[in-house]
Amino acid sequence: MRELSIFYRHGKQYVPDLRKAELTPLFRGRPMISADISQEEAGIAASICPVDAISISPCTIDIGKCVFCNECSFCLPGKIRFTDDYRIASNNREDLLIKQGNDNLLRINPGFIRYEILSFFRHALKLRQVSAGGDNSAEMELNAAGNVNFDMGRYGIEFVASPRHADGIVITGPISQNMSKALQITFDSVPSPKIIILAGTDAISGGIFTGSPALNREFLGKYQIDLYVPGNPPHPLTFINGVLDLIGHK
Amino acid sequence: MKSIETGNNPSSVRLTNIPVLDYEEFFSQVDELMQVESNHCLNYFAVSFDDHYRFICCIGCDEKHTIILFSHEQPKTKEIRLKSITPIHFQFHVFEREIAENFGIVFTGHPWLKPVRYAFDRASTGMVMDNYPFFSIDSEELHEVGVGPVHAGIIEPGHFRFICNGEKVLHLEIQLGYQHRGIERLFVEKPLLIQKAILSESIAGDTAIGHSLCHTGLIEVLGGLDSIDSLSAERIIALEFERIAVHIGDTAALCTDIGYQFGQVVNEALRTIIINTTQLWCGNRFGKGLIRAGGTHYPLTKETLIKMKGNLDEVMERYLQITERIFSMSSVLGRFETIGKVTLKQALRIGAVGMAARSSGLKRDIRWSHPFGMYNKNEFDPVTLQKGDVWSRAMLRKQEVERSVAVIHDLIKLLHGDVTVSPPVNEPKLQPGSFAISLTEGWRGEICHTAITDKEGRIIHYKVKDPSFHNWMALALAVRGQEISDFPLCNKSFNLSYCGNDL
Repeated sequence: MRELSIFYRHGKQYVPDLRKAELTPLFRGRPMISADISQEEAGIAASICPVDAISISPCTIDIGKCVFCNECSFCLPGKIRFTDDYRIASNNREDLLIKQGNDNLLRINPGFIRYEILSFFRHALKLRQVSAGGDNSAEMELNAAGNVNFDMGRYGIEFVASPRHADGIVITGPISQNMSKALQITFDSVPSPKIIILAGTDAISGGIFTGSPALNREFLGKYQIDLYVPGNPPHPLTFINGVLDLIGHK
Repeated sequence: MKSIETGNNPSSVRLTNIPVLDYEEFFSQVDELMQVESNHCLNYFAVSFDDHYRFICCIGCDEKHTIILFSHEQPKTKEIRLKSITPIHFQFHVFEREIAENFGIVFTGHPWLKPVRYAFDRASTGMVMDNYPFFSIDSEELHEVGVGPVHAGIIEPGHFRFICNGEKVLHLEIQLGYQHRGIERLFVEKPLLIQKAILSESIAGDTAIGHSLCHTGLIEVLGGLDSIDSLSAERIIALEFERIAVHIGDTAALCTDIGYQFGQVVNEALRTIIINTTQLWCGNRFGKGLIRAGGTHYPLTKETLIKMKGNLDEVMERYLQITERIFSMSSVLGRFETIGKVTLKQALRIGAVGMAARSSGLKRDIRWSHPFGMYNKNEFDPVTLQKGDVWSRAMLRKQEVERSVAVIHDLIKLLHGDVTVSPPVNEPKLQPGSFAISLTEGWRGEICHTAITDKEGRIIHYKVKDPSFHNWMALALAVRGQEISDFPLCNKSFNLSYCGNDL
């Protein structure tokens, strides 16, 4: 009986439409740089950016490097703004460079999707997560993507316990030297065809750890990356929508 | 006693004011201080200068609410051999191991100078993870089980090596270091304050508030920035929010590990409400971006406060309902009670902190022993439980959630939703030639950051200590004599940080 009353209070927890859910206004998603930002202002933004994610002419934010600290926007209100648009995953690294005056939605580039992904993984995609220096926030968000609220399992997307059961790996963290071998072994254990997803700014570019001598990012140079999921950490909705787009889900 | 004692947290002193003892004297002073049970080692580390190493020891006196600092120096000679403190005061084992790994200093009499994290700048690069000789026992009846570094769930990497007799664990060796990112070096090399703030949020992303608050305390005391009450109140609300979120998430995870799915999903949903409230407040579910030196970009507004109060009440009511159910089910109790025990004696010996200490009957909580900010206003009364088993660690979480909610409600009363908090300060001038120490009670336990500045006020040394640094040993002890199948449950009941240890 007690369980029934808890169950009643629990109610329906799942987000009904993961494609259209809205986040709170302060959420820092896709940035927008006003078209009329001056070169001088862009220079200021670039100089305060903690991760060198901003270049000047034209003013561009690389959300593969950005840690979403919002400092540039506090410094130049009205010129740079982080919108609550969480759909910022892309399969083309170049698309993560957001230029001034650009307010286009970020979407998967169909031309870059490998044939195997659409033919094999459309209805079921099993992933193995590898944390390689991740700070546990991205890992917790990936866990949350499968929880009772976001429930990406409804689309057949799931994290599995063994790389041998997986169709690909999701890497978090800037890839530490000490983890580089285990990452390679895990990837080698996944049967082909297989995909690689980089979740979080640390994984995509090294983030705040860029330049640390304790990293070894050679692994990334060897393979094609199928999906970049920016964020610090990436929001579960960013991850889920990115993956759904990648496997061709409408 | 040759030392400098301070009652402030955070606190900064002139580096030259920290007494330098010769090692004999240092050794006996440590011994004398550690005879008092309520004293423990906050940090003990070496700093490399041009021609010598300086070893700084920070002892926390919980009952006296003070921090005691003293040091010794050794000239850089080919081989430095020092008598190990570990055989008489075991809690120094990990600090001495770290110093040995980083600088090649030999502590004679240390039972096991095993590398802590295979740091990139370690003294001996010939020593690599792959050829590490695990502890082994020669016997035909025993077998070894290796787990990790990549685990079945979505968690951080670490290797666990069990020596088992049948199903029973005789010994667990924990091998960490996979997460090493060189973070302490980056604190020194990255010039901008904002870079350091972001680094502090990334030490352990699940403790973004705890670590960034500790770091900010350090910067503020070095920069001579005063913190106003309303800012301090907001920060403590954030810290307690983080604690509530993780504790509820851990309650869910403990249910997962014993196969009680109902408990899992109900608690997961409650955690979501809490972290979404943090997102409503500052745009990030983990509170990244919220804590900055001298002020904040995200003051608590009236609307946020109202929403926050409503959400807290809702979560609290439902959390009490589900935990009442969890802790009254015999099938749950059968898996929680008497499993993974750490005795008070063990907790004292290993210098356990935070939840791991308090669930074994050891009253150790920075909010009470070295209060900071608004914790100074009313004496904080930490929750302690006696049994030291999984049940205690689960129950402790439940009771701490209640305590945290009470703290937040008290603080909310002080705030009226009028924004009185200013934006953060850019690049304050830091006191030159100083040593600063900052302590915070994160949800895992005591976080300690220390920094040393040069004569221009630049940070030349930064040291981070996550509570996990003490507490991993508690996990190794907890599983001794247990069924190996109870390991995941024991591990979750501590929920220690891999990256906090590996840095």
